[in-house]
Amino acid sequence: MPREGILVNNPVERLSSEQVRQIHKASMEILKDPGLLCFNKRAAEIFQSNGAGVASISGSDIPCWHVKIPEKLVADALDSAPKTVKLGARNPDNALVMKGNEARVYYITGSETNTWLDVDFSTYANKSDPTKEIKVPEFLPRRGTVADLCDSAHVCEHLETVDGYIRTVNIQDKDITEDNKDVNKFFACLNNTTKHVMSGLTSLKQLDNVVKMAELIAGSQDKLKENPIISFITCLVKSPLQFVDDTTETFMEICQRGLPVVVSSAPQAGTTAPMKEAGIIAQINAEVLAGITLGQLVNKGTPVLYGSVPVRARMDTLGDSYSAVETSQYNIDCVQMARFYKIPNYSTSGVCDTKIPGQQSSIERLFSDIVVTLSGPQYLHCAFGLLDGNSVFCLLQAVLDDTHFQRVKFFLKSPLINEQELTEIKKQIKDVVATPQKMFINYIRQVMRTGEISPPYPFESDDDSDNVFSLAYERLQELLAKPVEHIDPDTTARIFQDIPGLLPRLNVYQEGR
Amino acid sequence: MPEDIIDLIRESVIQGRVTKDDEGLDEDMVGQPGMSELIEEALISGVDAQDIINQGLTAAMKIVGKRFEAEEYYIPDMLASAEAVGVAMEILEPELTRSGVKPKGKIIIATVKGDLHDIGKNIVSILLRGAGYIVKDLGNDIETKDIVKAVKKEKPEFLGLSALLTSTMVNMEDTIKALTESGLRDKVKIVIGGAPVSEEYAESIGADGYGADGFQAVAVVEALNSGTTGNK
Repeated sequence: MPREGILVNNPVERLSSEQVRQIHKASMEILKDPGLLCFNKRAAEIFQSNGAGVASISGSDIPCWHVKIPEKLVADALDSAPKTVKLGARNPDNALVMKGNEARVYYITGSETNTWLDVDFSTYANKSDPTKEIKVPEFLPRRGTVADLCDSAHVCEHLETVDGYIRTVNIQDKDITEDNKDVNKFFACLNNTTKHVMSGLTSLKQLDNVVKMAELIAGSQDKLKENPIISFITCLVKSPLQFVDDTTETFMEICQRGLPVVVSSAPQAGTTAPMKEAGIIAQINAEVLAGITLGQLVNKGTPVLYGSVPVRARMDTLGDSYSAVETSQYNIDCVQMARFYKIPNYSTSGVCDTKIPGQQSSIERLFSDIVVTLSGPQYLHCAFGLLDGNSVFCLLQAVLDDTHFQRVKFFLKSPLINEQELTEIKKQIKDVVATPQKMFINYIRQVMRTGEISPPYPFESDDDSDNVFSLAYERLQELLAKPVEHIDPDTTARIFQDIPGLLPRLNVYQEGR
Repeated sequence: MPEDIIDLIRESVIQGRVTKDDEGLDEDMVGQPGMSELIEEALISGVDAQDIINQGLTAAMKIVGKRFEAEEYYIPDMLASAEAVGVAMEILEPELTRSGVKPKGKIIIATVKGDLHDIGKNIVSILLRGAGYIVKDLGNDIETKDIVKAVKKEKPEFLGLSALLTSTMVNMEDTIKALTESGLRDKVKIVIGGAPVSEEYAESIGADGYGADGFQAVAVVEALNSGTTGNK
């Protein structure tokens, strides 16, 4: 049985059916004119041989082609792209099954950040009354390491609401190079969580090693196909409307191997996409559809996700403003477009602009997490622990995020209202009204034990003080102390024997014991 | 067998079941005798009331208390158990009187004039009954003169006053004044509670104690009953 996720019964929609059709039409027109610039020769050739208008652009320092994609090509791709995508997991019970027309939401971590935020607590005394003390968290940034990635995967394995794992931190150890980063990144994740693992690739040269590792863990090439424990994310289209050479090549290689891959586009309204909603949605939709079309041309039927990471520009710096209300609007629009095509959607929420956990980060992330969840994306990259856009990761924040996702999940439970329920309730009301004290307390008891009552906020203090951070920190330490199910010793030995570049300290049965 | 029925009484407290129609905590309890039926049966069988209290009710409440401390039981469970004990005590009261056993104490409880809110007062009533007190609940929106009249008639050791509104809490002070004027103030310990009141307010109006919640209310009454001074 796959993970349950949350089924959103009546997903929030911003666009009317007519507006969805209008966006689709505009995207089709954009794909024809102006079309896309393509910096990858093989992709240009594939488009050309399948009937797209392709013309070499002369005078450019870098080889480049102008690709105009006809609507028929897109329609065929949308037809052949699977409407149900399974993302497997080391523990098959953690598999994710996503249907493009079903608003079942899975919560996923990520993205890759350069900075890891440690937490320490200092005690401060009141100047006028030194007996009054408070503990204040201090957040200490440093470069992320592979050990951090292991810890992050370990904690996320135990966070109840995390359905799948996208690496949260860029591993920047001295002995990590471009040639060994991917294998170590994937192994660190796979060895510390039994949930699905998704990542981007640093080097295409490492793709086969990563796939071989996954095959060893899954049992064989065929078993990996049945239970794809890994998947990939590629930003092959850079906004506006440009197929990037290396990521497009990586994308095509992944598609050839038939492993699930996210076709992701991340335009910024105001700089790399139009500022207005209609504009950015028409453009991102065109960009994602162009990627999906290429993937299906490379390998008809290969599983893809409609990946949308639209964001509005900050007006002060022109950097990304993930916390802008419009960012959530764009994401919800994209969820609707993906559902229109019945392709499972990768959406984004929870990324905040602030640099450290606190009130601002809570407000920013919770707002987008709630509204985007309500729209029903299948694969919601909801940024557990992410801060400062995509720059900083803090495990303490991930623990805090888990608690608010528990609330959102509870909120979305289907209401239990039916004739049997109402008959029982009417009897209950009649019985209680007849008692002298007229209280329903006795009827709470069994309901409390069935999980039908939402739990209190877990980091509430016993007194009037706000100890959320220190209580969450205690919880974090508990989770780190809980064991995780590592890859078994024999498979680990095979992996270290067959896959070059793995750091010996990651072998928990030998040097890393 | 007396032991068997005392076991069942103990279980009835743990399950928090007053009558055979109550669900309790475990499944399939409906239809099995609850506290009311078990106490009647025990008395008919000649089981000593004091044994019912000591080996049945008190022993069971100790188990319930431990489960509460271990967070296996929640406040609604405590209330259900206390309610079952309270019902048992009501049935046992005539038997105890006949045997010359003195109850722990009598309490009159009321929500003061102008105030219809009685959830807190009802919870306190249940818990006090469960703790072995005889509770006479006057209800809500009770005229000051009626409270004075009840104190005069029932001669309770304690009076509990409840209010939820800032506009009605002043009637607690009026009640205390009226009891003083009637010469009854020294004959009854007064404990107040309710959202707008506090320990400081209790002190300022001349009450003997203040309960922030139902459990504290019982603790204060127990403290006053044992001769210590309420919240102090």
